[in-house]
Amino acid sequence: MKPAQPPSTDLIRLHNVTKTYHLGEVDVPVLKGITLTIDRGEFVALTGASGSGKSTLMNILGCLDRPTSGEYWLDGQEVSKLSTDQRARVRNNKIGFVFQNFNLLPRTTALEQVTMPLTYYTGKLSERDGRKRAEALLDRVGLADRMHHLPSQLSGGQQQRVAIARALINNPPLLFADEPTGNLDSRTTKEVLEMFRKLNAEEGITVIIVTHEPDVAAVARRNIRIHDGLMESGSFDERNRAAPALEVAK
Amino acid sequence: MRTAVRTVQVSLRALRRNVMRSLLTCVGIVIGIAAVIAMMEIGNGVSTLNQRAIASLGANNLLVMPGQAASGGVSWGSGSVMTLTPQDCDAIIRETTTIRAAAPEVRASGQLVYGNKNWIPMQVTGTTPAWFDVRQWPIGEGAYFTDQDVRNSGKVCVIGQTIQKQLFENEDPIGKELRLANVTLRVVGVLSRKGASMFGSDQDDLVVAPWTTIKYRISGKNQSAGASQSGGTTASKTNPGVNTLNNLYPNQSAIPLYPELSETQAADTPMAVKFTNINSIQVGVNTAGEIPLATKQITDVLRERHHLRDDEPDDFQIRDMTELMNTLASQTELIGKLLLIVAMISLIVGGVGIMNIMLVSVTERTREIGLRMAVGARGAHILWQFLVEAVVLCLTGGVIGIAIGRGVSLLVRTFARWPTAISIPAIVASVIVAATVGIVFGFYPAWKASRLDPIEALRYE
Repeated sequence: MKPAQPPSTDLIRLHNVTKTYHLGEVDVPVLKGITLTIDRGEFVALTGASGSGKSTLMNILGCLDRPTSGEYWLDGQEVSKLSTDQRARVRNNKIGFVFQNFNLLPRTTALEQVTMPLTYYTGKLSERDGRKRAEALLDRVGLADRMHHLPSQLSGGQQQRVAIARALINNPPLLFADEPTGNLDSRTTKEVLEMFRKLNAEEGITVIIVTHEPDVAAVARRNIRIHDGLMESGSFDERNRAAPALEVAK
Repeated sequence: MRTAVRTVQVSLRALRRNVMRSLLTCVGIVIGIAAVIAMMEIGNGVSTLNQRAIASLGANNLLVMPGQAASGGVSWGSGSVMTLTPQDCDAIIRETTTIRAAAPEVRASGQLVYGNKNWIPMQVTGTTPAWFDVRQWPIGEGAYFTDQDVRNSGKVCVIGQTIQKQLFENEDPIGKELRLANVTLRVVGVLSRKGASMFGSDQDDLVVAPWTTIKYRISGKNQSAGASQSGGTTASKTNPGVNTLNNLYPNQSAIPLYPELSETQAADTPMAVKFTNINSIQVGVNTAGEIPLATKQITDVLRERHHLRDDEPDDFQIRDMTELMNTLASQTELIGKLLLIVAMISLIVGGVGIMNIMLVSVTERTREIGLRMAVGARGAHILWQFLVEAVVLCLTGGVIGIAIGRGVSLLVRTFARWPTAISIPAIVASVIVAATVGIVFGFYPAWKASRLDPIEALRYE
């Protein structure tokens, strides 16, 4: 434990994280040293052109992938060296995922979708408590009357809200949304973004939205822009200086 | 534990999402298991029929022959000493546990005459009614002779089909009297047709009569012995102290054949105790498997009755139908192997079907796997989920297969009248095999699923 006890306000701390892919003989550096801190309760947008390393950074932040070098502290735990199974545990406990294409299980009711992550959560929640919690979450995202609907019976916005409820079932401190509005029309996009904003404001959940749409990024209070494997803007120091709207305008 | 329950729930939910496909996937296993169950049960029936057929050839039979005599180093061959008595036969019935029936045999030969026709039968056998049971030889017409006939040296006989054809042609032989070596015998029954023996001799060319009739009325050889025998019997009755082996007739309580000698008469005419010897004893053993035990029991009984010391050789021989027994064993083995091959083939086909569908399923559900991994499923969770799915498919197929197999076997029982029997070991084995097939053929797809990279899987289109 080098930095003795990370301050409790930090949820995410990256220190000089790099990622290099080996394509045969050639090494392709994708992330060239990212140092980044995200506090608890922040609402962050992660933007960048395709090929910028945005997706790679997202995968590392989401504990789906391991950095080649560097440190990654998530919620006070160094996760960059964890094994596959350990990372699965971290994902289950600490991170909620929302995807562009919703990724709902086919022919499965909304309620079952939401309780699905509990299957792997070897924690304290009993079957009944899990169900109660899922019902409360669906109620929260405004789908109380659609708990037993199948994905095919739900609109895109509703499906994404089911996915959000699912992401929250394990009460994670971090909610990760990968292009959450990419498949939605402008009205439902607003709905979903409002949902994220509310969760962030009312629950204090840290939200990271990965997007390439400026108006989505505009909702966030902080915008981290990745360019060519490096952070172009949005580093910890400047976060309070620039208004998000200005970032987008730039 | 709860994780295990949940894994099963997840698997069942996944299968329920595709009920039709799940059922169709099962079909291979259903057919395989149904085939195994039906074949096992029908095979059991066939095997029973087979065993019955071979048993009727005498596979379960033992033949007890008298020992051999030798003089000056020249053996006279088996049966050349007369050491067996009807009492030996009774003792075998009484004192062994593995025997269905036993009957003494006395042989004779002679010419049969009926009306203007005559015929020399291949075989004239004197015995008791138990002989028909030992030989498993049903009566065709009329009836067997009875124990009463044996006690009374009744002048009755049962004839084989060949004799009926030769002497009676189209006449009904029942009740007719024919002469055998100038003794008149009334025909009480005609045996059903047995055909040639394994060695080509005509088994239907025979006359069967009570052994007392053959012994004392027809085969002249031991007639005097028989006469003195009767004296011996009464002597033994009046002097129970006398050591005698000769209870002349199988049923001791019968009416005496000859007037009893008074004690004075018996004392005046002392007679040597003599054997009523018989040519052989036919023994029917309960099942082929008990033949070695039966052989041992008979040996013990006879050695004791014949007062043989431990160092003395047996004065009798016991022959079994080794050839027939081997045939029986090889038949059973053959059926068993056949079933095994059929089972293996159909189960492999079924298993490959399962594997195929599971592979398709894994590919098709790549995104789902990615999602499950993203929300925290470990590789092991995914592996178990798919493995349980495969096993559930196989077990479902197995259960349906058992039901169908039983149904087929019942149909065969009803319509073909084969004695099929429910085979619990086959059912247990089927369930185990079905689960094993599920595990073996489900493992590769499940393993493949568990090795997916969540990032790739989530992006999979």
